[in-house]
Amino acid sequence: MNRVNSALKRVPNLTLYIAGVLPLFWLLFLLFNGGLGIDPVKALEHRVGKIGLQFLIAVLAVTPLRKFFGLNLIKFRRALGLLAFFYIAVHLAIWLALDIQFYWAEIWTDILKRPYITIGMTGFVLLLPLAVTSNNASIKRMGPVGWRMLHKLTYPATIAGGLHYVWLVKGWQYEPLGYLAGIILLLALRMGGNRQRVASN
Amino acid sequence: MTYRFKTSLKWSSLTPRMDYMNRRQVLAGVGAMALTAMVSPSVAKIAAKASAFSTDEKPNTLEEITNHNNFYEFGTSKSDPAQHAHQLTTDPWSVKIGGLVDKPGNYDLADVVKGVDMEERIYRFRCVEGWSMVVPWIGFELATLLNRVGVQSGAKYVAFETLHRPEEMPFQNSPQFPWPYVEGLRLDEAMNPLSILATGLYGEEMPKQNGAPLRLVVPWKYGFKSIKSIVGITLLSEMPPTTWNNIGPNEYGFYSNVNPDVSHPRWSQASERRLGGGIFAKRQPTLMFNGYGDEVASLYDGMDLRVNY
Repeated sequence: MNRVNSALKRVPNLTLYIAGVLPLFWLLFLLFNGGLGIDPVKALEHRVGKIGLQFLIAVLAVTPLRKFFGLNLIKFRRALGLLAFFYIAVHLAIWLALDIQFYWAEIWTDILKRPYITIGMTGFVLLLPLAVTSNNASIKRMGPVGWRMLHKLTYPATIAGGLHYVWLVKGWQYEPLGYLAGIILLLALRMGGNRQRVASN
Repeated sequence: MTYRFKTSLKWSSLTPRMDYMNRRQVLAGVGAMALTAMVSPSVAKIAAKASAFSTDEKPNTLEEITNHNNFYEFGTSKSDPAQHAHQLTTDPWSVKIGGLVDKPGNYDLADVVKGVDMEERIYRFRCVEGWSMVVPWIGFELATLLNRVGVQSGAKYVAFETLHRPEEMPFQNSPQFPWPYVEGLRLDEAMNPLSILATGLYGEEMPKQNGAPLRLVVPWKYGFKSIKSIVGITLLSEMPPTTWNNIGPNEYGFYSNVNPDVSHPRWSQASERRLGGGIFAKRQPTLMFNGYGDEVASLYDGMDLRVNY
């Protein structure tokens, strides 16, 4: 694992940013070639949203991977988080501009009265301060303890994303439930890891 | 390429050039053939009269109508039915008609459609999820069949049932949904001339992913009321259970009339996206009873449609 970790150390973060936006270009390519089906707006909205959720889950996986497998991906965590925010912001923009098309009366009632949109929006709002403070200057200004506290908002934000997905589909479907189960598992592993550390002290 | 495209194209219409055409052009070709079939009677499989109930709005293309379906028996994604429905055997097909009728029995499909007046009904189709299409159905009035089998005086509701055949409908193996799919109408709704049993669209036999060989179409209600691949019709004195109402009673009522003023808990129903106009297509306001108020509003006189959603 040490060899993997030292190899990863030589991979520049920029690689991840570039690789991370490729899926969006792929979706745009599909969009202009009729590859997104009969309802391209919904397809784009849902697929971009799902990629955002996948990046959030990747962020949550960093700590358990290090704890249980010794795989150190910490240096990539900021990039993963910012990519998650980027996709979720694009997801929101698609909803506003192409789906609901700035019908503010409907948007407002959607946000207030439809639980899956309320919770999705909550998740997005929780991510805002994280995206804004994902830079070294903010860590310095806030101090590592305060910064780390703030960034624990990742947990409720990811749960909100998982619930948003489960809630928006008709009936109880396996795929979104699988995502939610994965999120809960990753959070549980994190708690389990802490307890182990306390026990070994 | 799915099996459907292979069957839709005739060998005579294939030229070596076809090999170089991309998928979209092939699909466009299928649509064009369907249109040709509609205007030249020698090719049309189903002769149908035009109807005064048809809208003059532009129908969606055959490609759109056959590749964006909610037919959960074949999977929950919109493209699953187009991919998997070819497995469905639609011949032989029989419909069991029972309950409060004079002539109950297991009717062969040929007997069901014998002597009926086939009409082309170009209807707006509004999904509860907030998208809509315009579909040129071929079918006959449900009342014709009900009158033929003789509705008894105690009957107040009509229950419908979709085929349950997990070996051909793969998602019926999933315990996520209660199978078979069931739906229902009040008798006066069923007898309304807008309610049809459709056997085709675009002048051709019903594509399997659209509910072959026989499906209900009730254009003033959300799409899920228009049950597909019907094998059972039962006349009852009590309101029958319906699938989506069973799954989410607070989300899907028995009536499920298109109503812009009553929002679904998860979707505003005030406006809709008409598919087929590209990603920048404008939303349009949803019409009460999907625009069929003149024909059906009187069915609900005195009812609170917020309660009976």
